[in-house]
Amino acid sequence: MLIDLHNIHKTYDNGQPLHVLKGIDLGIGEGEFVSIMGASGSGKSTLLNILGILDNYDEGEYWLDGKLIKNLSEKEAAHYRNRMIGFVFQSFNLINFKTAVENVELPLYYQGVSRKKRNELAMHFLEHFGLADWATHYPNELSGGQKQRVAIARALITQPRILLADEPTGALDSKTSVEVMDLLTELNRTEKVTIIVVTHESGVANCTDKIIHIKDGIIGETTLNEQHKASIFGTSTIMK
Amino acid sequence: MNDLLTEIWESIRRNKLRTALTGFAVAWGIFMLIVLLGAGNGLMNAFMNQGEHFATNTMAVFGGVTSKPANGYQTGRRINLNDKDVAITQSALFSGNVDKISPELFKGPYTLAFKSRHTSVYLNGCYPSLMEMNKIEMLEGRFINQNDIKQHRKSIVLAASHAIELMNGGEDYASLIGKTVTTDNITWVVVGVYKTDRTAQRVEAFAPITTMQMITNDINYVDQINFSFHGLTTKEENEQFEKTYRAALNRAHKAAPDDESSIWIWNRFTQNMQMDKGTHFIRTALWILGIFTLVGGIVGVSNIMLITVKERTREFGIRKAIGASPWEIMKLILAESVSITALFGYIGMFLGMVACEVMKMTVGQSSVEFFGETVQLFVNPTVGLGISVGVTILLVIAGTLAGISPAMKAARIRPIEALNDVN
Repeated sequence: MLIDLHNIHKTYDNGQPLHVLKGIDLGIGEGEFVSIMGASGSGKSTLLNILGILDNYDEGEYWLDGKLIKNLSEKEAAHYRNRMIGFVFQSFNLINFKTAVENVELPLYYQGVSRKKRNELAMHFLEHFGLADWATHYPNELSGGQKQRVAIARALITQPRILLADEPTGALDSKTSVEVMDLLTELNRTEKVTIIVVTHESGVANCTDKIIHIKDGIIGETTLNEQHKASIFGTSTIMK
Repeated sequence: MNDLLTEIWESIRRNKLRTALTGFAVAWGIFMLIVLLGAGNGLMNAFMNQGEHFATNTMAVFGGVTSKPANGYQTGRRINLNDKDVAITQSALFSGNVDKISPELFKGPYTLAFKSRHTSVYLNGCYPSLMEMNKIEMLEGRFINQNDIKQHRKSIVLAASHAIELMNGGEDYASLIGKTVTTDNITWVVVGVYKTDRTAQRVEAFAPITTMQMITNDINYVDQINFSFHGLTTKEENEQFEKTYRAALNRAHKAAPDDESSIWIWNRFTQNMQMDKGTHFIRTALWILGIFTLVGGIVGVSNIMLITVKERTREFGIRKAIGASPWEIMKLILAESVSITALFGYIGMFLGMVACEVMKMTVGQSSVEFFGETVQLFVNPTVGLGISVGVTILLVIAGTLAGISPAMKAARIRPIEALNDVN
């Protein structure tokens, strides 16, 4: 298994202790396309943060590609995030004063890759996503779909072991949402990228091969969804 | 490095006004520091110039009035120095420390005349060694020599300013050498012309002291004894020597050995030591004042960097999420802080140096009359290369100090919180 979670517990202590994750056991294999579904407050974001090494957990073990991710220093965490994990966020989180290509090459900057080489690589990725003409545009000159594609290019440029997408379509209209999900599906099919999508939209979850339901801090049912018949995009979704 | 500079430039470019206002505080701080130090240097240089007329390892001795009864004499007796005192100074008693001696006998003013030209002059009877002790610089001819002393020659060394007057404005001093001049009814042969300094206390002509004693009927009398010394390096050693020496002279005049007002000793060496202390104090005070002014600027930069960190929280969160280590984030803030401080600091330093040059050209050229003496208040009020290097180091330290707290704040940003930040 690429990702192995054993009995993960997490409690937030803001005045009153809040037990968010109550013993998560989860295994995700290489090349899988998985979604984690749950209502707000279910603990899915916390789980994603732990998977993305953005947050610590109190109890249990998290193995990522054979490495135990536990009690890492900030520096080590940054290193693993940089090398092993690509993030795609709901609100894109592009840096406003950097052009598309500069945003895409930023993770390579923190790897110490030379300016010329990372620029070449970033251009290559943008071309692949059909954004070559927009390379020197700033985020505020791009549409939502374009921004999310730039963000996906940035997430993939370091060739991470997993791509974590937190509500990747949350800020997009349904047409663009379909485009982005199609792109993720294609990446999973052709490039064999392991993708984990966190969402509360059943339409989004339906695009993935496996749907993991999380409720009140524990894993509920896991639906295999190879046929993609769970819920058709745009119909009978929770929000849209 | 290049990338880091690009990042800083981006940040500064986006906040031009804010950066400029902060920078102004730093520039002002450094400007004040440089101007203060420059003015201080000008004052001290003026001080030093006054002292420069004499070799520093000399003492001057004068007779005074007794303050203690001794050997049957009442207090208030006038002590006049004479050849015997010169002999004591020269004796084996003090030869361990005393090098060269020159008594001086002042007379005047006389009317100095050459052909139809004349001017007023004071005569100073002395030994050849006075030239070295008082740093007299010959322009033409020679100073008083040993033969002048032995043979009571009527040789005279004129000041350049007098020579010019006597030659009706001409500056061909050489033509004056060997010519005769008169003071009242005595005829002298000019043997040399020395350079006059406009800050000198009194323009005088030098003659052999023996000749002077003869023509003024003051056969033994001297006004002042100057001597150079060696081997007295500390304040205590100097005080001990002065005590012994004063006692010896007092005894010769039948005064109490420890009478401090009968014999006046002016030790230029200890005087200088005190002056060094004084200048050191002034310089330290100016640095402290300047640095206090600069601290205002530093606080300003620190403040701005804190706001910057606050504004860029989300950006730093993104950077951390995609793999920036805390140090990478700190580096951004520190580099920006040092850059702003250094850039504006240098502008301030440049302007400060321009101000110093302006001071040099204006007040640096003027002088005032002070008790009949011409005194320059400011001499070369500028700062040297050493100060510039010092200020550069100071700026880098200041920039780092200003940036350190905001940078640590930035490094502590937690990506999840930053990413949830709506701003």
